[in-house]
Amino acid sequence: MKKPLLEIQDLHVSVEDKEILHGIDLVVPEGETHILFGPNGSGKTTLLNTIMGLSGYRVTQGRILFDGQDITHLPPYERARLGIGMAFQRPPTLHGVRLRDMVRLAAGNGDNLDIEGLARRLNLTEHLDRDVNAGFSGGEIKRSELLQLKAQSPRLVMLDEPESGVDLENIQLIGQIIAELLQKTTHHHYERRVSGLIITHTGFILDYVEADRGHVLCNGVIQCSGNPREILQNIRHHGYEECVTCRVVQRI
Amino acid sequence: MSRGTEDIKEKARRALEKPAPIGPDVDLRRYRDEAGERPPVEDLSKLPEPQRQRMTKAGIDVTERQRAGSLIVMDHSVVHRRQNIQDLEILDIRQALQSYPDIRDFWWKAVPVDADKFTATAELDLDTGYFIRARAGARSTFPLQACLFIGQDGLAQKVHNLIIAEEGAELHIITGCAVDLNVRTALHVGITEIYVKKGATVTFTMIHNWGENVEVRPRTSIMVEEGGTFISNYVLMEPVQSIQTYPTAYLVGKGAVARFSSVIVGLPGSHIDVGSRVVLQAPETRAEIISRSISAGGHIIARGHLLGEAPRVKAHLECRGLMLRDDGIISAIPELSTRFADVDMSHEAAVGRIAQEEIEYLMARGISKEDAVAIIVRGFLNVKIEGLPAELQADLDRVIQTADLSGL
Repeated sequence: MKKPLLEIQDLHVSVEDKEILHGIDLVVPEGETHILFGPNGSGKTTLLNTIMGLSGYRVTQGRILFDGQDITHLPPYERARLGIGMAFQRPPTLHGVRLRDMVRLAAGNGDNLDIEGLARRLNLTEHLDRDVNAGFSGGEIKRSELLQLKAQSPRLVMLDEPESGVDLENIQLIGQIIAELLQKTTHHHYERRVSGLIITHTGFILDYVEADRGHVLCNGVIQCSGNPREILQNIRHHGYEECVTCRVVQRI
Repeated sequence: MSRGTEDIKEKARRALEKPAPIGPDVDLRRYRDEAGERPPVEDLSKLPEPQRQRMTKAGIDVTERQRAGSLIVMDHSVVHRRQNIQDLEILDIRQALQSYPDIRDFWWKAVPVDADKFTATAELDLDTGYFIRARAGARSTFPLQACLFIGQDGLAQKVHNLIIAEEGAELHIITGCAVDLNVRTALHVGITEIYVKKGATVTFTMIHNWGENVEVRPRTSIMVEEGGTFISNYVLMEPVQSIQTYPTAYLVGKGAVARFSSVIVGLPGSHIDVGSRVVLQAPETRAEIISRSISAGGHIIARGHLLGEAPRVKAHLECRGLMLRDDGIISAIPELSTRFADVDMSHEAAVGRIAQEEIEYLMARGISKEDAVAIIVRGFLNVKIEGLPAELQADLDRVIQTADLSGL
């Protein structure tokens, strides 16, 4: 049995006094990548934002453990420092803050990071000296988020629809970078066991990443879990309607 | 004394009790007029550490390596003067008025002597000031620097500065104002008249570094002739009791340009009433006013006024305010006026608090909340000024980036 990195127990989350998540149980072991499926409004983004600790997502019951530590009430920066990293789906523009500075900040202190090289690979060289997200296209935002995550080098990588808004030209690039983020490479003399939690609609990410497990989130609960490719097949054939009404699937 | 000089004095005497139309009134009698002579300072880097620090924070390069010349006023004395380039003169104003009697033609021509009690007292009880002149065609990458420093508690400092850029000259000036650490109360009255001749460029960067009980009343006007450019940068990030100033640029020649940008942080107890006004008096003149204000408990009135008094002018005013706490005040007051149809004049103003999502975005990258706020605040203040030489922009960036924002 692999050691759990992220462990969510009976998590209830409210947004503006409306309960969105009604008791989520989820374990992502060290080194595993899990995929979150689910129709719009099912609570996928709420789950990621709650794990990151963003305000507006109130945990009313249950808890979140990271590497054995209860992080349910930690501020986002402490979670980030423990090793949780998230690519924002719609990040705000930071006026007067250059992307270069943001990447440096994300890298923390002491890392001899090759910002130029990374930016070149992500076709973001010219964006380094622009304000973060100012006038960035949808695809540029995705790439800029990945650039920041590469710098941050988290132990748990959380991605919210990393493929949306990305043109065909860049989709492969994004897939490769995500695969690298999740790679189990040796880093600073210790075994780096990166885990992933990825929201996807299209399943494109499965072409690039060895995903270990998939979960379908419907109406704020995990309806079923299993092989991510099989789940994707199922959704492609039957849509989420089936999932919502499906009560007989074994919780594997 | 000549007839003209006597007329000016008479006008001043009549205005001595006249309060300024805006801003809190000041009792001039509260402040001491006599300062005593300060000894010359040969080497600025030999100044006592606290004084050097205060000056450096106001943009003064005490090594003078990156400066085309310097003039340092302490209390009422010019204690240091260095001029490296013959065609970029920098002089004690009193000496200049004696050596060049013809500069009287520019004296009180841009700023009216009887505007209010502050202009009046500066005429009747002038302490000192600087005279800067760039001869026709002169230019230098490095700026001239002038420092107005108050080292005695309770003192009134009244200065009158005159700046002339002759035809085609390019002149960059940094003026740093500061008080010594021991100065609790003081009054600074500064008259500045700037003349930008045909095709000349003047950049004027002013950094204020006053104290909690210091009252400040600058009175500044700029005349810009045909094809001339005037660029002003103003930075105030330190406490001040009250400051009221409304520099006005008159674009009198065709195609003249004025750009004002100001960066203001209002700390608790500070009353800051700062505006910029451009009167576009000739066709095809252009103006831009950008103001960024942050209230961390202080009261800020950010004014801007564009007057289109000629056809085919283009002007824009942008006024943004950030409220960091609930006990401050920001009033953004943009005004546009014209009587011509063929003008392009616009303004935008916005006031609000830092968006929580911006703070959390940074926090999600491992940055503490305090640091995230500081980063966003610095970003907000980070104004890139078109036409400003890179060296000056770097100086300005340094002042903003190294400012102590821990109290916000």
